Amino acid sequence: MSILDKPWMAERSAIDNAVSGGSLNFPKARVALIFLMAVITVLFMLFSVAYKMRMELADWRALADPSVLWINTGFLILSSVAMQWAVSSARKGKAENVKLGMALGGAFALAFLIGQYMAWLQLRAAGFYAAGNPANAFFYLITAMHGLHMLGGLVAWTRSTARLWRGNDVADVKLGVELCATYWHFLLVVWLGLFAMLIST
Amino acid sequence: MVYVPPQEVEDVHLHDPDTFMTKYIWSQDHKVIAVQYSLTAIAVGLVALVLSLMMRLQLGWPGVFDFIDPESYYQFVTMHGMIMVIYLLTALFLGGFGNYLIPLMLGARDMVFPFLNMLSYWVYLLSVIVLMSSYFVPGGPTGAGWTLYPPQAILQGTPGADWGIVTMLASLALFIVAFTMGGLNYVTTVLQARTRGMTLMRMPLSIWGIFVATILGLLAFPALLVSAVMLLLDKLVGTSFFMPAIVSMGEQLDYSGGSPILFQHLFWFFGHPEVYIVALPAFGLVSDLLSTHARKNIFGYRMMVWAIVAIGGLSFVVWAHHMYVSGMNPYFGFFFATTTLIIAVPTALKVYNWTLTLWRGNIRLNVPMLFAIGFIVTFTNGGLTGLFLGNVIVDIPLSDTYFVVAHFHMVMGVSPIMVVFGSIYHWYPKVTGRMLDDRLGRFHFWVTFLGTYAIYFPMHYLGFIGVPRRYYAYEDFDFIPESAITLNENISIAALVVGAVQLVFLYNLVISYRRGKLAGSNPWEATTLEWQTPQTPPAHGNWGDTLPVVYRWAYDYSVPGAAKDFLPQNQPPSDDAPVQEEDNLGFDSTDPASGGGTREDA
Repeated sequence: MSILDKPWMAERSAIDNAVSGGSLNFPKARVALIFLMAVITVLFMLFSVAYKMRMELADWRALADPSVLWINTGFLILSSVAMQWAVSSARKGKAENVKLGMALGGAFALAFLIGQYMAWLQLRAAGFYAAGNPANAFFYLITAMHGLHMLGGLVAWTRSTARLWRGNDVADVKLGVELCATYWHFLLVVWLGLFAMLIST
Repeated sequence: MVYVPPQEVEDVHLHDPDTFMTKYIWSQDHKVIAVQYSLTAIAVGLVALVLSLMMRLQLGWPGVFDFIDPESYYQFVTMHGMIMVIYLLTALFLGGFGNYLIPLMLGARDMVFPFLNMLSYWVYLLSVIVLMSSYFVPGGPTGAGWTLYPPQAILQGTPGADWGIVTMLASLALFIVAFTMGGLNYVTTVLQARTRGMTLMRMPLSIWGIFVATILGLLAFPALLVSAVMLLLDKLVGTSFFMPAIVSMGEQLDYSGGSPILFQHLFWFFGHPEVYIVALPAFGLVSDLLSTHARKNIFGYRMMVWAIVAIGGLSFVVWAHHMYVSGMNPYFGFFFATTTLIIAVPTALKVYNWTLTLWRGNIRLNVPMLFAIGFIVTFTNGGLTGLFLGNVIVDIPLSDTYFVVAHFHMVMGVSPIMVVFGSIYHWYPKVTGRMLDDRLGRFHFWVTFLGTYAIYFPMHYLGFIGVPRRYYAYEDFDFIPESAITLNENISIAALVVGAVQLVFLYNLVISYRRGKLAGSNPWEATTLEWQTPQTPPAHGNWGDTLPVVYRWAYDYSVPGAAKDFLPQNQPPSDDAPVQEEDNLGFDSTDPASGGGTREDA
């Protein structure tokens, strides 16, 4: 398809008549996931832009980023690695490894979320309240939004994992596992970007 | 490696409904969901219509109606604007027409994710319920204006600052969730579920408009979500994202240092694409109405497609033209004035192409065609005043006057509504199997069309003489002459008439459902696939046993040498139904009177 093709002409028509199937060589669910990730990217870009713009104003007081964030980041990386292992196991048809990979991926993701909550508690204990300063407010807001997207991912993860445990064939669950992994990697990249922004300011 | 699509489309598993509940309430059928979306949007739109009439009562006869005080007036303004833009137009074009037309026009059995589609409608309904609950919370709905600018949106003194603003923001967040679920469905269906032969460049322009508008929505609504969430936190938690240090009612508030301008940027980064989220589907639908009822292929199809895409892209870099008076850097304003004027180029191309589609067409002045032509005129009017407002230096004196009200009502109020009406008259026969009453339709068109001009044309004059918008009472100002007050009375009378005539339309919708003339499958003799379904209204699954196969583009009207003046997209080429060998569509190259020669297509 190009800007020069004339869809009403016989010559073009003969080519078009043979075309069938999707425009993209992906399963439908993956196409939807790609668009979803685009939407989420825009969402976090806008939060970041707002962060940068708000930061320039006089009352901004940087907060002491809790060191637990580094550990959490480690959990998230491990989570992604485990999910990827589940994917490669699924491609090889090793059902037990897929289960293990998914279970580990979910467990590390949960550990990440608990760790993020710990970071909140530490900040509160240190007196960094949301209403106190925009830097604090942004920290809570951005980590909460990221955590919510992680929770959404865990809903999809639960569905795929439940199907695995019910003994579905690996081939049937493979797409679900792959999509979960893609989303996990995506959220990891988003987090690395946000984390870099938060600790550098 | 080049992706070679498979020859056959995989058949989808349909969720077959068997009870009344699964068929009409918890339905996963795109046609039922489309009707649910449409009826909800129209119902809530009627509320917004009544609100506008209440405003007109106050403006036409200030002080006469006791039940309208400044508080309620601002609540009318706010709810009217928000409902019309988001809950009526966006929901109706994408949730209503998008849902109905995408699978049918593309030869699919349903949306690719029917369950998600159903969920989208119910979350949308929830957002409408939360919005309407504003009327039952203490203090009533918010009166902050549809732009919800802080700091005033959440400060005491603005109506609904306690509860109304919270329900509004919560409702918007829900709407965005609903839209995202629907939107993912629409784009995936358009990209992945088209039937054999339906290439992207064979899609009707309706689909192109809806498709690009959906992508705009997916990328623009996050900005509204970000601003809504942050404003909600400023309101509920006491953060200072947008709230500056401020003294309210003689009291220093706890806020400090926030940036109201930041909110404006976020809001308009959504708000301007939103204009095109509403306009692009209208552009698409009206193109199909014009082509069908003019019995002529759309002029410059490829240019139309690329113009839709270009407008969609440009719509993300013009937002600050809504903020010329916010104290921005003049170079900034210059940049946005430039991009704003550039967007007029593809838009003007579309207007030329619509008029050229009419040129020497075999025009049938059916009711949908009347509305379509009404759209061209109204949109051109509204677009031209946009050129005034897009220039910083002209905008500044006109800012916040009735000129702006006239402009945006012409360009994104009346114009899309013209297309909505035209499209309802056009597709109602497919949805219900019966025609809408023609005489009522003509009456409805003429009163609505002339009436809206009686409403909005004089507002340009009000703007020129400096009558400010948003004022509840304006009769005691020296700079506002007596003529403005009598003019307002006239406008209000016109508004009441136009409002009343919509009842005729509703009556038509209801009465024709049982008593309308039977439509048959293709009453307008149109080419696109939705008119070629085996049953009318289309049955669950749309296509019976086999999916249609597409052999031609969407606009084979009056093809030279064809037996009929329309060739459906699924009609294979034959002697009676040729495909163009030479590029002279719709023109007889030997007849100098018909334009002569080979047309260089756009």
